Amino acid sequence: MARVVVDVMLKPEILDPQGRAVQGALGRLGLSGVADVRQGKQFVIQVDGDLTGDRLALMHKLAEELLSNPVIENYSLTVEADA
Amino acid sequence: MSARIGVVTFPGTLDDRDAARAVRIAGGEPVELWHGDDDIKGVDAVILPGGFSYGDYLRCGAISRFAPVMNSIIDGAKGGLPVLGICNGFQILVESHLLPGALMRNESRHFICRDQKLRIENADSMWTRDYFKNQEIVVPLKNGEGNYFADPATLDMLEGEGRVVARYLDVNPNGSARDIAGIRNERGNVVGLMPHPEHAVESLTGPTTEGLPFFTSVLTSLVSA
Amino acid sequence: MTDTVSAAQANPDASQPFAELGLKPDEYERIREILGRRPTSSELAMYSVMWSEHCSYKSSKVHLRQFGEKAPKTDALLVGIGENAGVVDIGDGWAVTFKVESHNHPSYVEPYQGAATGVGGIVRDIISMGARPLAVMDPLRFGPLDAPDTRRVLPGIVSGIGGYGNCLGLPNIGGEVVFDATYLGNPLVNALCVGSMRHEDIHLASAKGIGNLVVLYGARTGGDGIGGVSVLASETFDADGPAKRPSVQVGDPFMEKLLIEATLEVLHAGLVEGIQDLGGAGISCATSELASNGDGGMNVWLDRVLLRDQTLSPEEILMSESQERMCAIVTPAKLDEFMALIKKWDVEAVVIGEVNASGRLTVDWHGEQIVDVPPRSVAHDGPVYERPYHRPSWQDSLQADTPDSLPRPTDGEQLRATLINLIGAPNLASKAWITDQYDRYVLGNTVLAQPEDAGMIRVDETTGRGVAISTDCNGRYAKLDPYNGAKLALAESYRNVSVAGAKPLAVTNCLNFGSPEDPEVMWQFSEACRGLADGCLELGVPVTGGNVSFYNQTGDTAILPTPVVGVLAVIDNVDKRTPMAWSAPGQIVYLLGDTRDEFAGSEWAHHVHGHLGGLPPVVDLQRERVLSEVLVAASLSGTIAAAHDISDGGIAITLTEMAMKSGIGVKASVPAGFDPFVFCFAESTGRAIAVVTAAHESVFIASCSTAGLPVTRLGETGGDAVEIVGQFSASITELRRSHEATIPAIFAN
Repeated sequence: MARVVVDVMLKPEILDPQGRAVQGALGRLGLSGVADVRQGKQFVIQVDGDLTGDRLALMHKLAEELLSNPVIENYSLTVEADA
Repeated sequence: MSARIGVVTFPGTLDDRDAARAVRIAGGEPVELWHGDDDIKGVDAVILPGGFSYGDYLRCGAISRFAPVMNSIIDGAKGGLPVLGICNGFQILVESHLLPGALMRNESRHFICRDQKLRIENADSMWTRDYFKNQEIVVPLKNGEGNYFADPATLDMLEGEGRVVARYLDVNPNGSARDIAGIRNERGNVVGLMPHPEHAVESLTGPTTEGLPFFTSVLTSLVSA
Repeated sequence: MTDTVSAAQANPDASQPFAELGLKPDEYERIREILGRRPTSSELAMYSVMWSEHCSYKSSKVHLRQFGEKAPKTDALLVGIGENAGVVDIGDGWAVTFKVESHNHPSYVEPYQGAATGVGGIVRDIISMGARPLAVMDPLRFGPLDAPDTRRVLPGIVSGIGGYGNCLGLPNIGGEVVFDATYLGNPLVNALCVGSMRHEDIHLASAKGIGNLVVLYGARTGGDGIGGVSVLASETFDADGPAKRPSVQVGDPFMEKLLIEATLEVLHAGLVEGIQDLGGAGISCATSELASNGDGGMNVWLDRVLLRDQTLSPEEILMSESQERMCAIVTPAKLDEFMALIKKWDVEAVVIGEVNASGRLTVDWHGEQIVDVPPRSVAHDGPVYERPYHRPSWQDSLQADTPDSLPRPTDGEQLRATLINLIGAPNLASKAWITDQYDRYVLGNTVLAQPEDAGMIRVDETTGRGVAISTDCNGRYAKLDPYNGAKLALAESYRNVSVAGAKPLAVTNCLNFGSPEDPEVMWQFSEACRGLADGCLELGVPVTGGNVSFYNQTGDTAILPTPVVGVLAVIDNVDKRTPMAWSAPGQIVYLLGDTRDEFAGSEWAHHVHGHLGGLPPVVDLQRERVLSEVLVAASLSGTIAAAHDISDGGIAITLTEMAMKSGIGVKASVPAGFDPFVFCFAESTGRAIAVVTAAHESVFIASCSTAGLPVTRLGETGGDAVEIVGQFSASITELRRSHEATIPAIFAN
């Protein structure tokens, strides 16, 4: 078993309205000095067997094309060996 | 003197004018309440209208729940002030823990706008007493996150105590647990409803006028209280 | 290093990347002539974006002039072509503004955000006239329903329109969804918004009053769609891999909602001298337009602009298309009050400039001057092209290839099968899967919405005064004959508001075409403009504004010429509106108008035979006018129970749509002397189905006779089927099954 964690974030140059709204709320609720908030998505994927070679490449491809929208989002992918 | 019903505007509230119009048609006096003001102007009841407060960002209702006006409304509700939350208002009520459960993304993953048949299951709340039990009505429904969720014990408790106010008939539009369209608190002064009765108060603009009794009910309740 | 005006003077021969910015060599030379020196890089950015096809209308201007030159005399027009949107007087001191714009290319690149920001842009146009937005509509066109790319773009576009419009709180009351192979790779996403205001609240985009301040408010400026306007909208898009896709604008409907409320509040408080939205070309466009419409001079401190991304260069700030921004001209005395009201809505605002008497638009960046231009040269005096055009070599053979030889159904059973097939054809099938994703109820003034012929909104709750709008275009007709195709689009839209009982007042348009550099496309465009202008003159309804979208083509293949026409109509009391469907059994069904053997460009020829050729149906605008007058009068006098336009698919489709909407069937006879197939499916124009009760029958018929409008009794409502007597009967259940299955079969799940 392997555990794949894919984080998807809007590209830095893209407006993140959700992050902006949360930033405003944090300020109103008393947290000072909130410079920026960016909201993203996390996918946790369990796969059977090892995720190496072609399967890892495919996973990257799916992360880019399915889990994220490459027009506006970046993704990062980490593989953790799992019990 | 007619009862004064507060209608709250949060940033991103959309159906506030509609809710105020429904209050007026029912014979009440709508009073504008502002999210940033903890003064609720001595109103007799409060409506949290539909919309996308704070863009529905983070979670629907999650940011509005902390607005200054909500402190007064939560205190009031605990003391028996009638509060009706419609759609986004319902989401704010569950985020505020005035009602149990949560509202999740529609099963279809789409926003859906349709004329929805409902059964009024509980005609004892302050907002439903002008209906009769098991009355069937059609009112508009429009939401993206109206899929009511609660754990089985909570659902059983709601059913057992007669706190399911309205249930979807024919079609469950959003995947809500046990076809639940609306619930009330124990005391019956707080009601959360996913469909929009305020859009069914005039035959000209609504599919029916069967939403009006929600607004006359609270006037009746206030007179008899 | 920042390029300044003094650097441009000191270093006049530096080479500049004008071609990469989309400027032609002669255009670049003209800029040098205007300035008497080379432009600074910021000036070059401004000119390149403002002189792009999208902003300057350089290829279309010479043809669009006809809309003004041929405009019928009318008192209804309070603000005409040239402002953000035209403004029409609807009576009782109410004014209405409406406009439609395209967001085609951005919606192909990123369907959700492209469509969403299209809604946002048109709504800001309406707010900037001082109006409260009332409703939106979306004419959409896609490639074949089952094409893989349609599966990609359609759901994204639909949820983008819904996601933005629903969150903004504007009801979506109509539009169109059309499928045709030529739109594959070129989906059309047109967005219409209508708003209302009192006459005294009309605001214009002008910077008047020396010493007045220029305030930028709304969202912060980021790197959104930099160059998007000139690059995306002006050059043919070629689909490279994901990595090369240009950066897109992201919409924030929540901010837009705040912007609407904040803007209307400062306008009503009398705190604003002039106002302009920021759309394509951002600050470049807003400042140059405000300055050239005002007292002639403006200085901007560009470094004061609030940024989302601190690394943006001044050129990028000038070109940024960040959404949800507005620019207002405010007197110094009212600035504090203005700022306080904007802040009440949690919106940021900053003074970025000042109106002056210089006659120049100047821009400073940290104390150095980077722009010094005559504002009109940027905003209004861009290049104008007389593009060559000629009738396509294939036009004659296309028109000669008539549908007359196509095999037709010959008996009742075949007619029945044809009806069931057509009512489920992608273009005629139920669009509920799409329109149910749009909120049509919000604001509580929606009187009619899709699938009605027109959307209708109550403007005044006390008097019931309201407006109706329809948008229409049959691109196949326009391909067969662009001149008459444009007239036919106008005729259909005009008819659609009339059947609802509203009196047509004004026209807007969104002209979607292929490349203007192709003389054959340019001919289509020029013919369509001529047809629309002539048609508006004949019907007495002026064009109040519009939008042109070129370069909708893949390789050498252009889309069907698609001049979408929107007609705005007024109804004195929405209580009197005529719904599309009958309400009870025993009502009497009449056909108004003449039916001919006209199938060229029809839905039958398209869907059943994949055929396109011949000449489109004859358009008779005098007949359309008479039909409209009869229908509007009948609505007012209460002598009509229902009415529905006859267009795509013919009478059988019209009757079926009415039956499905009401749940009550109809029994209709083929009038004597008619071929049953022609009666059922021909697409002759100038026709409608009218439904009356027995009590009003004689009065209604008399009104038709007096007007010289042919009226034929077809039968009565009742039962649970659509029956054409002696031919066939199809149950409503069966018809609905076909009608409602098509779109969900592709997209649901």
